[in-house]
Amino acid sequence: MKVYNRLFSRELLLAYRNRGELANPLIFFLMVTSLLPLGVSPEPGVLSMIAPGMIWVVALLSSLLSLDGLFKSDYEDGCLEQLMLMPVSLYLVVMLKVLVHWLVSGLPLVVFAPLLATMLFLPDAGYLPMVSSLLLGTLSLSFIGAIGAGLTVSLRRSGQLLSVIIMPLYIPVLIFGASTVRNAVEGFSYLAPLLILAAFTCAAVAFAPLAVVAALQLSVDE
Amino acid sequence: MSHSPLLSVKQLSCQRGGVRLFHNLAFELASGELLQLAGPNGVGKSSLLKILAGLSTQYEGKMYWRGQKLARRHSVYEKDLLFIGHLSGIKKSLSPLENLRWYFPETEDSKILDALQHVGLAHYEDQPCAGLSAGQQRRVVLARLYLSSAVLWVLDEPFTAIDQKGVRQVEQRILEHIAKGGAALITTHHDLGISARKLDLSDFAVGALT
Repeated sequence: MKVYNRLFSRELLLAYRNRGELANPLIFFLMVTSLLPLGVSPEPGVLSMIAPGMIWVVALLSSLLSLDGLFKSDYEDGCLEQLMLMPVSLYLVVMLKVLVHWLVSGLPLVVFAPLLATMLFLPDAGYLPMVSSLLLGTLSLSFIGAIGAGLTVSLRRSGQLLSVIIMPLYIPVLIFGASTVRNAVEGFSYLAPLLILAAFTCAAVAFAPLAVVAALQLSVDE
Repeated sequence: MSHSPLLSVKQLSCQRGGVRLFHNLAFELASGELLQLAGPNGVGKSSLLKILAGLSTQYEGKMYWRGQKLARRHSVYEKDLLFIGHLSGIKKSLSPLENLRWYFPETEDSKILDALQHVGLAHYEDQPCAGLSAGQQRRVVLARLYLSSAVLWVLDEPFTAIDQKGVRQVEQRILEHIAKGGAALITTHHDLGISARKLDLSDFAVGALT
């Protein structure tokens, strides 16, 4: 366990040292949502209608932004192959890495979302469902995205391919995440979509690292 | 010292990207031995080292570690293997001390500082590696030789960017290691200042088949 604690704090330290890159998704998230009233319409009625879906779409796109580098630096500087030679479980290491990635890139989106929701006149009933669905949703976006990041780690320009691989898998998260917020805003029960999202997240956290490990092993061996 | 070899390789063939590199390669490595892989660029030295380390599965043939067969994606070595590839395995945004702590989580900082002093990096321990020269960064990698308790060292071009004095020091370190019953496999285009058994991979190239 001590080994994994060390790995965890190393990942946090690395994230802190490279904090400039990590600010990108958050800045994108903040910019797009603050441009919406200017581009679409400043009418509270219009904005509050599109707010649930808009926040979710922007959160999804901004989480895609930071994925590319998830394993790339480890691959390029050789830390990945060294990691594979260490007597540690790669499954757990990948889980730790993705978790740290979520902590520094996904969680900030969740924290800032209520502020942006205010700018978009999200009705009061939508706040709690939005935060809880984003909390679960960004976590599963990180884990699912890690599969794509692992598969494309050895490619030089992997951005486009990564999006193509990952987008179809992101769709269920978007559908259930956005409908959680919309149901709440329209006065229906939002428990069903939220629970499906929770189940989806559990599956992603448990199984995605398996796929990532296989993808990384293939990438190192080429 | 036991007579059974630490590592033995039989009928090993490797094909990469449609090109057959070597064929029917066989050798043994006993404890106390230093084996230098020779051959021109592209003959498959690095590929062989990756296969031996268990990082590559693109081979046919059998390998044994202490008599135990190595499966694909094996983890037989555990802490018995020290692998230094042509990629550094060093994070540029971390300091030498932080980098080495990752490799040796159980080792006290004072020992890591000693090792850094051995490779001539005293007082650089807290500086991010990005600020060090290429040779100094390579020395951070080589500091692992002073900290590792692994039996088998697999070193892929360890002397890249290292000055002559540094090369001699590393050679001495390798001698110490094999004198203690360790074994080392090394690829280098430097002339080694220490005696080593040579294995020329071009003897096993597909064209050389008779």
